[in-house]
Amino acid sequence: MLQVKNLTKIYEGGVKALDNVSFEVPKGQFLAVIGLSGSGKSTLLRCINRLIDPTAGQILWDGEDITAASPEEMRRIRRKIGMVFQHFNLVHRSKVITNVLAGRLGYVNPAWSLLNRFPREDLEKAVKQLERVGIADKADHRADELSGGQQQRVGIARALMQDPNMILADEPVASLDPVLAHSIMKHLEEINKTDGVTVLCSLHFLDLVHRYADRVIALNQGQLVFEGHPRDIDDKKFKDIYGRDAERVG
Amino acid sequence: MNNKKSSPWKSIQIGLAVLLGLFIYAYGFDVTKVDLQELRSERRQESLTRVTRTLAQPDIIGYEQEQVIVNAPLYIPCPAADELSNLPKADNARTYLTIEPACANPGETVLVEGFNFPANAGGPIRFVPGNDPANIVELGRESITTDGDGHFTAPFLIPERTSNAPQYIRVTISENIGAPHFTQNAKDTWDKIIETVFMALLATTAGTFLAFPISFLAARNLMKSVRSPLTSAALSVLGWPIGMGLGYYIVNGIGRFSIPLSDNLAVSLVSVILVPIACWFGFRWALPQEEISVPSSSKRLARILVLFVVILLAFYGFFQLAGLASSLSLSMEKGMGAFGFLAAFLYQVSDILRIITPALGALATGGALGSFLGQIGQRAAEKNPAERVKVINFVLGAVAGATVFGLIGWMLEWFYQIGRIEYTFWGPILTGAGLGLLLAGFTKPKDTLPTGMLIYSITRTILNALRSVEALVMAIVFVIAVGIGPFAGMMALGLHTIVSLAKLYSEQVESIMPGPLEAIQATGANRLQTIIYGVIPQIIPPYISYTMYRWDINVRMSTIIGFVGGGGIGFLLQQNINLLNYRAASTQMIAIAIVVASMDYISSVLREKYV
Repeated sequence: MLQVKNLTKIYEGGVKALDNVSFEVPKGQFLAVIGLSGSGKSTLLRCINRLIDPTAGQILWDGEDITAASPEEMRRIRRKIGMVFQHFNLVHRSKVITNVLAGRLGYVNPAWSLLNRFPREDLEKAVKQLERVGIADKADHRADELSGGQQQRVGIARALMQDPNMILADEPVASLDPVLAHSIMKHLEEINKTDGVTVLCSLHFLDLVHRYADRVIALNQGQLVFEGHPRDIDDKKFKDIYGRDAERVG
Repeated sequence: MNNKKSSPWKSIQIGLAVLLGLFIYAYGFDVTKVDLQELRSERRQESLTRVTRTLAQPDIIGYEQEQVIVNAPLYIPCPAADELSNLPKADNARTYLTIEPACANPGETVLVEGFNFPANAGGPIRFVPGNDPANIVELGRESITTDGDGHFTAPFLIPERTSNAPQYIRVTISENIGAPHFTQNAKDTWDKIIETVFMALLATTAGTFLAFPISFLAARNLMKSVRSPLTSAALSVLGWPIGMGLGYYIVNGIGRFSIPLSDNLAVSLVSVILVPIACWFGFRWALPQEEISVPSSSKRLARILVLFVVILLAFYGFFQLAGLASSLSLSMEKGMGAFGFLAAFLYQVSDILRIITPALGALATGGALGSFLGQIGQRAAEKNPAERVKVINFVLGAVAGATVFGLIGWMLEWFYQIGRIEYTFWGPILTGAGLGLLLAGFTKPKDTLPTGMLIYSITRTILNALRSVEALVMAIVFVIAVGIGPFAGMMALGLHTIVSLAKLYSEQVESIMPGPLEAIQATGANRLQTIIYGVIPQIIPPYISYTMYRWDINVRMSTIIGFVGGGGIGFLLQQNINLLNYRAASTQMIAIAIVVASMDYISSVLREKYV
């Protein structure tokens, strides 16, 4: 259970990215986060694993206060939260398998990382995750030799390496074509359904939200403007979320 | 605004700017003493021609030379007729000269003809004064060239030297015999150019290794996020010097215990084999590869103790390794003949190991104690209530400030030998404590300080200051420290390489893509792991490229570092220029050009291939 309470983030320079946002996500839910570009979706997701420090508010995860965690506690919390990015954020010059293994860094003793050594079980696990997302044959390729869809699968495999209880997906399909978008979303759905991993996924396209999400929250200029089931987004709600001039397509 | 509008004021401005420009350049000409008149003068032209021609004939290949010297007698002025016939007759079977006529007055011209000389050769034809054919004094600047039959005829102007006895005209013709061979100068140049290239190689290697870690400290994007509470920062400031002193003391103690033991070959051999094995198992136990649950504090304590023992053992092992290497090298040196330099290398490496081990120990202990105390401070600041943290901050801030300023005072005392304890001890300590109290007073107890940016600024300042000192100037200092020779040059180049590469590298770190970094952080990786898996893969190509570029620069620099006694080819070049031995100097210039050009080529090929 993830509880976000009165979360506010004001960037240096006074931009209010999040304004008193509160919501709850039960364990195992697939939650979609929608909103215009700049509405605070990315900031919200990054506050949850403290890549960005919130200005005020509280985030509780299974009762543990993430916002008050010390650096060492944060390391333990983060390794249970996988993250998938819009631009995949793979290390281009490293091999695919190394990128996947990086998901274990929260578990591995830093002294061993200095020697670039991972335990054998991790290596086996990494191959298994690559098989799960269907690109085991690319393990020894350099990450930048892969296509966009393949790179995002590596990103998912990296998140899976963490044995996550929750996955934060920051517009995971925004730089992919519609066919690839569905295949990536299906992977996330499969992880959500089989492993019971909570998924918070920010999305642009409402048809994807309808197809995959259990619940949806919407942000507009940092404020929570909608919370509920995807099918409850009618034309009025739509205009609340996306602005008066927006038009529904598709 | 209308740009096309012209006004008298604008015209005057342009006119003034042009005038100012003229004035600046006129002054520049005056200061740099531009003088084409001097260039046109005949004296300069002549020396320029001479030097240029000499430079075009580098002293690389030479022959063994055999000189054919033939003297022919003549009278100045003409004596009584019978004395002329007393002149010895030339031996027509061998090389000989005839002079027609055999006597003349000063200012007259005689015809000298030579036979059976080496064909197509040349040499001086000169007057030998003073009645002795063996006299080494020769007058005149004429020279002759023989034809294909070894024959020549040349007019010769009789000088103002009169004598009753016969005097001589001498022709000296040098003939190359045998195969061409490299001159001594060419061999010296070869030796020195090798020295130069290796000087550059060692300087670049050493510089790269040290610049690598420093570059992370000087990268803004990595350091900006490093913040720690005052409690932690102050404790870590205390931990560093105490740890360094302690480490140095302990490792030296190990050395005192270990070095006598290493005289025994068996002991050092056994130690060198057993210590790494013991260390390996110790490390494996103390640092498990992966841990899902948090270990108990007693287990943690046991681990720290084991690590401590393992590290002590490792330092003992270092000393034994150094001892083993030096005894091996001493016994091998004689048996290895031409490869004796390998044994000497081994010996020097063992010596380096012996010297840097205590320094390494000091650094390691300083770092360990600094970060350990820092973590304790971090935890103390988090767990305690704000009022208590405030009190702790006051105490620690004062102590840390006093320590830092005390060290600065000690440094001042060392440099300037002031000798007054109130200036170099009490003064700094009280100032430091006061500043520490002020800082603690103005910082909210739970706030974090930008320690990363502080380290960043200090590193950058030191780098910039050292970078502005040319390697040539540093070489002068190192010549004083380690004596004239390539070692001094290598050290100077190495130091300059460290600072300039660290700066170039850190700029590369600053321009990496932030995305992968974020992703690695999100997996729970700590700072070290983020650098290893997120930063290093991204910066490898520019690092290789910069290292090669720096090697290129070092080769070029090392060619002239010899000018100040830093070894390498510059030493030879300067010597030959000072001796006006331009043919030899020309050889060295060509050698430099070849090395620099080929370095350029090689590095561009490598860069294309690997970057």
